[in-house]
Amino acid sequence: MIKLKNIEKVYRTSTIETLALNAINLEVGKGEFLSIMGPSGCGKSTLLNIMGLLDEPSKGEIIINNETIQDFSDKRLAHFRNQKLGFIFQSYHLINDLPVLDNVELPLLYRSASASERTQLATEALQKVGLSNRMKHYPSQLSGGQKQRVAIARAIVGRPEIILADEPTGNLDSAMGNEIMDILIGLNKNDGTTIVMVTHDENMAKKTNRLVRLFDGTQVL
Amino acid sequence: MLKNYLKITFAVLKRRKFFTFISLFGISFTLLILVVITAFIDHLISAGYPEINRDRSLYIEKMMQQDTTQQGMQSSPVSLYFIHNYVLKMKTPEMIGYATYPNTINAYNNQNKLKLMYKYTDENFWNITNFDFLEGKPYTKQNIQNNDFVIVINDDTRDKYFGKGVSVVGKTMEIDNVNYQIIGVVRGCPVTRICVASDVYLPYNTAKVDQTKQSLNGSYLVFLLAKDKKDFPVIKAEYQEIMKKVPLISNDKWFKPNKASSTADTYVGSFLSQFTHSDGDTKKQYLYMALIGFALLFMSLPAINLVNINISRIMERASEIGIRKAFGASSKVLTYQFITENIILTLIGGFIALILSVGVIYFINNSGMINYADLTINWKVFLVAILVSLIFGLLSGVYPAWRMSRLQVVKALKGGE
Repeated sequence: MIKLKNIEKVYRTSTIETLALNAINLEVGKGEFLSIMGPSGCGKSTLLNIMGLLDEPSKGEIIINNETIQDFSDKRLAHFRNQKLGFIFQSYHLINDLPVLDNVELPLLYRSASASERTQLATEALQKVGLSNRMKHYPSQLSGGQKQRVAIARAIVGRPEIILADEPTGNLDSAMGNEIMDILIGLNKNDGTTIVMVTHDENMAKKTNRLVRLFDGTQVL
Repeated sequence: MLKNYLKITFAVLKRRKFFTFISLFGISFTLLILVVITAFIDHLISAGYPEINRDRSLYIEKMMQQDTTQQGMQSSPVSLYFIHNYVLKMKTPEMIGYATYPNTINAYNNQNKLKLMYKYTDENFWNITNFDFLEGKPYTKQNIQNNDFVIVINDDTRDKYFGKGVSVVGKTMEIDNVNYQIIGVVRGCPVTRICVASDVYLPYNTAKVDQTKQSLNGSYLVFLLAKDKKDFPVIKAEYQEIMKKVPLISNDKWFKPNKASSTADTYVGSFLSQFTHSDGDTKKQYLYMALIGFALLFMSLPAINLVNINISRIMERASEIGIRKAFGASSKVLTYQFITENIILTLIGGFIALILSVGVIYFINNSGMINYADLTINWKVFLVAILVSLIFGLLSGVYPAWRMSRLQVVKALKGGE
């Protein structure tokens, strides 16, 4: 499903060059739940961002569903992200000016979905994460766990094949973290969604199908 | 999509109240000032009650005599002698009328002193202008030939001198120790229409001056009414032919003019002749160029302010841009979103300006600052100003929006660093 070939990421400033990822070769199969672990600064999030087409590698090739991504135009890339990918971030990244329902509808806004269709799908997604009673609330009125559940609803509303989650339980207590994890496992098992998750937490990683470890930008496991 | 743009626009405007206030204040205040200034300019130079024929009138308002050897110069309105002996002989105008500039005099009603503006005119003045007679009628050629001491007053003078709304035709009024019979009452006009505004209108032959005195300089301005403004060049040419034949006259032993010049010009042209010496059409062009230049300069200040505000407004929304891009918004869609926001902001500013302008103009018209003021909004200017604001709004919004929309998602999510 996702194939990374010889990925390298270098950050350059006027004085220094930092190698964030070095010759990463990784394959994620369809329906797999993969976790990436490693110490802070080892390149976990960079790798996830490259997989999610949020960042460009300095070298290497990304192939998703047998399509090589590098040649995509801005418009095609946007369309691809919209149709195939869903994101969950550690700091939720909700739009504070919009109520919960509008936040969840966001990916559908960039598709040819009617307003009623958008509302229906977003409501269903919120029901799935147990937040249908908070649709008109604003993000500032929610707890951390609730915000992350809204973020999950947003990630799944467009029924993407792949969900990329960057430390989704990182800002939550263990009870709330487990709840979020259960939702993700459910998505993987019931809907067959491919999930790649970056985490610091061994316990969470153990719940996934496969674990990849990074150290100083290199894959060690 | 548009509904969502609108929703987010109003949410952003509501969230950043201070920036919204500054932006809206900049746009609406600029438009307000432009609209009020153009209303004033319109009021000054456009045809309006009772000068409805201003568009097809030429004005002779100045006679300049020069002594080029001594560099001496005498300039003033024209004399009755000059009008009767030269101007009235013109064939090309449809009608010729004349009047003095307004002067002030005291009139007494019992013990109350009234300071009144008065103006001497001929009978044609009433045909060239279009005063509403609330009562009575204007004086005629017959009145002038009969040397009748009759006057026309405006409603304001009637109300102050006799009482509000009373019938006064046939009554007498003492002005400068002379009793005049009131023959008509007109609805007054604003003093800014200086060629026609007055409290009291008197036949020119009742003036206590030697009307036969041979002089070119006097106190009258002449209205040359053309059938059509296409006739202006012919009338101007005829007047210049007359000027060539006018003998130089001086009653001053120290001033011996060797050159006399005077022009028949449009209202705007003669108004601008105070500042320039070029011909009427060129003056008009200068005026419009100066006005457009002023308007652009005036509007560029809030535009620069808007650019700044837009940049900081959009920069602080980097994270939102990142989120939208992550979930499928293309750079083009995001640029459209920010442009829509700017257009809405400008339109709201325009709407506020419109309401304020109506209020300010209503206040000016009713405050008594200018008696009989009848300022109106110049819609053409208002629409052009809105359009210019929109262009500035777009220009100021497009660049930062375009730049931000091209940010890499991961950088945008981190706040655009």
